[in-house]
Amino acid sequence: MMTIFGIPTQALFGQLLLGLINGAFYAMLSLGLALIFGLLNIINFSHGALYMMGAFVAWLFLNLLGVGYWWSLLLAPIVVAAFGILIERTMLSRLYKLDHLYGLLLTFGLALIIEGAFRQLYGISGMPYAVPPELAGGWNLGFMYLPIYRGWVVVASLILCLGSWLLIEKTKLGAYLRAGTENATLVQAFGINVPMMVTLTYGFGVALAAIAGVLAAPIYSVNPLMGSNLIIVVFAVVVIGGMGSILGAIITGFMLGLVEGLTKVFYPEAASTVIFVVMSIVLMIKPAGLFGKGN
Amino acid sequence: MIMKRLLLSAAALALSTGLAHAQFTDGKVKIGVLTDLSGTYSDLAGQGAIVAAQMAIEDFGGKINGQPIELISADHQNKADIASGIARKWYENEGVDAIAELVTTAAAVAVREVAREKGKIDLNSGAASTPLTNDKCSPTGFHWTYDTYAMAVGTGDAVVKSGGKTWFFLTADYAFGHNLQAQTERVVLANGGTVKGSVKHPFPNADFSSFLLQAQASGAQIIGLANAGADTINAIKQAKEFGIVAGGQKLAGLLVFITDVNSLGLDIAQGMVLTTGFYWDMDDGTRAFSKRFAERMKGKMPSMVQAGVYSQVTHYLKAAAAAKTDEGIKVADKMRELPIQDFFAKNGKIRADGRMVHDMYLAQVKAPSESKGPWDYYKVLRTIPGDEAFQPLSMSTCPLVKK
Repeated sequence: MMTIFGIPTQALFGQLLLGLINGAFYAMLSLGLALIFGLLNIINFSHGALYMMGAFVAWLFLNLLGVGYWWSLLLAPIVVAAFGILIERTMLSRLYKLDHLYGLLLTFGLALIIEGAFRQLYGISGMPYAVPPELAGGWNLGFMYLPIYRGWVVVASLILCLGSWLLIEKTKLGAYLRAGTENATLVQAFGINVPMMVTLTYGFGVALAAIAGVLAAPIYSVNPLMGSNLIIVVFAVVVIGGMGSILGAIITGFMLGLVEGLTKVFYPEAASTVIFVVMSIVLMIKPAGLFGKGN
Repeated sequence: MIMKRLLLSAAALALSTGLAHAQFTDGKVKIGVLTDLSGTYSDLAGQGAIVAAQMAIEDFGGKINGQPIELISADHQNKADIASGIARKWYENEGVDAIAELVTTAAAVAVREVAREKGKIDLNSGAASTPLTNDKCSPTGFHWTYDTYAMAVGTGDAVVKSGGKTWFFLTADYAFGHNLQAQTERVVLANGGTVKGSVKHPFPNADFSSFLLQAQASGAQIIGLANAGADTINAIKQAKEFGIVAGGQKLAGLLVFITDVNSLGLDIAQGMVLTTGFYWDMDDGTRAFSKRFAERMKGKMPSMVQAGVYSQVTHYLKAAAAAKTDEGIKVADKMRELPIQDFFAKNGKIRADGRMVHDMYLAQVKAPSESKGPWDYYKVLRTIPGDEAFQPLSMSTCPLVKK
C-alpha cells in the first residue's frame, strides 16, 4: 500500500474529506461574520451563540411542536434571524458611529447572556437530535465510510456560500449593499432605504449562523456551549481570510478545515492550536489577511 | 470596683456558656459545596450537588448537638486557582469546616493542599483521579463516589472477559484522561488483552471523526473512550454516524454518567456497558431519595456524584456528632471509624488512604424498547464488591498507609 509520511494514502484521503466537512462549518460561520463586518462594521461576537440558538430552536421545534428537520432548516433560521434583527434595531444600530470595540463588547455580552439563559434552562450536557431518516446511513467510498449526512453538510454549505457570494458580488441588490457601506448618505439620496438594508443584512448573517446550527444539531450534541467552543476558531478563520472579505472567508474556512484535518493525523495534540499558528504566520506576512484589501 | 466585678462575672459567664459548646468553633457547623456550576460538569455535579447537600442537612435535622448546620456554595469553574482561593477564604475567614463535591481533578488537588494545611476536611465526590488517595492523600481528605481505578476494573474487566481483547484508546489530553487510560491499559494487559494504539485528542473537542477513523483503521475490537462529558457524548454519537459500531467494533465508555446517557438518547447509547457507583432505580432506598431529589431538580434523577454528596455530607455530620467536635482531625478519625450505611453505600468503609470503599455496579444501557420512561436507562449486570473495585491498599503510594 502506498504511504505518505507513514500514513496510508487511503487513510489520508479520508482525513482530507473529514477536514473538508469541518471546513464547511467554518466557512458558513465565517461567511456570516465577514458579511456583517464588511457591511455593518460590527465584530459580531454573538455569532457562536446564534449558531447554538439555531440548533436549539430546531430541537425545540421537534420536541415541542413535532416539526421535523427539513422544516426546521427553513424555520429555525427565520426565528433566529428575527431575534437578530431585534438586537440590531434596538441595540447595535446605536453603535455604528463608534469604535469597533463597542460593537464587540456589546455582542460579547449578548453571547454570554444567551448562553447563560440556555444553560439555565437546559443544562450543559446537551440534547439528542437524530439524523433525519432520509439522510441516515452512509456510503462506502473504498477509502472510508462517508455518512450521507456529512456529505449533505458539505453540499449544503457549498450552495449557501456560493449563493451568498453571488448575491453580494454579482447582483444589483449586492451592489446597493456595497455602495451603502461606502457612502450611505449618497445611496440614500437615490431613494434606497439603507438602514433597512443594513438590518436585513444583519438578519441574513444571523440566519447563516442559525442554518449552520441546524446542520450541526444531528452531528454534535446540542448544548449551550457548542457555539463558544467554535467561535474563536471561526474568528481566526476570518482574520486569516481578511476581515470583511466574503470570498476570503469561504475559501479560508474550507482550507483551514483541511489543515486541521491533517494535523489530527500527524500530531493530534496540536489540532486545537494549528489554526492559531497559521493565523500568527499570516498576520506577520500579510497583516490584512490572505484576501484582505489592506486598508 | 463594681465595674471590675461586672467584667469578671461577664467573663465567667462567657466562659461557662463557651464551655458548653467548646468543641464547636463559632457555634455552628458549616459545610461548603465547591463545584462546577456553569461548565462541562455542571449537570453531573453542579446545582444537583448543592441540593443533595441541602437534603442531607435537612434529613439530619439541621442541627448537631444544638448547633445549627449551615451550607454555602460556590462555582470553581473547573479552575485550580479559583478553587484553592475559595477554599482558603472559606476555611480561614468564613468558618467552613468541610468542603464537599469538588469535581475536576485539578480543582480537587488544589483544595486538598489547602485543607491539609488548615487541618480541615475535604470530601471529594466528582473528581476521578486516583492520586487523591495515593501521593496526594491526606488525614482529613476523603474520596467518596468512584475513581479511575474502579472504572477501569469495572468496565475494562467486563469487556475483556466478554471477548474484547484488542483495544484502541481515544484519550482526553489532560491529567484525568491519561490517568484513566493508564488504569484501563493495566486491566486489559492483566487479563491477556493487547493495546493496539491510542490517540490523544484536545480537550474539549467537538469533532471526533478523524480520531474515530484512526481507531477504525487500527482494527482493534474495542475503542476505549478515556474522556468525559461532552467529549464522550460527541465521540459516541459520531462513532455511530461513521458506522463504526455497525462495522463490528465496540465502544467502551470508561467514564459515563447518567446525564451523558440522557443527552445521547437510548437510540444511540443502547447496549453500552459502563461502571457506576450509583443508580437511582435499584431498591426502595435509592428510589425514595431519587424521587425527592427529582422533585427539587425539575424531574432530573441524581447522578452518582450527586448521590455521593448526600452520602458524604451525612457521614460527615454523623461523625461530627459522635466526636462532639468540628475539629478536622478528630472528625476525620471518627469518619474512618464509623461504617457507612445508607442508600448510596451498603457496608461502606473508609480506609487509611481516605478511600471510601463501597460496592460499584456494572450496568448496561437499555434499548429504547426496554425503557419504561425518562431516566429508566440502566440494567445492572453485576455488583462489583468494593474490595475488588478499588485499588488495594498494598498498591497504594499514600504515606498514611502503614505497610
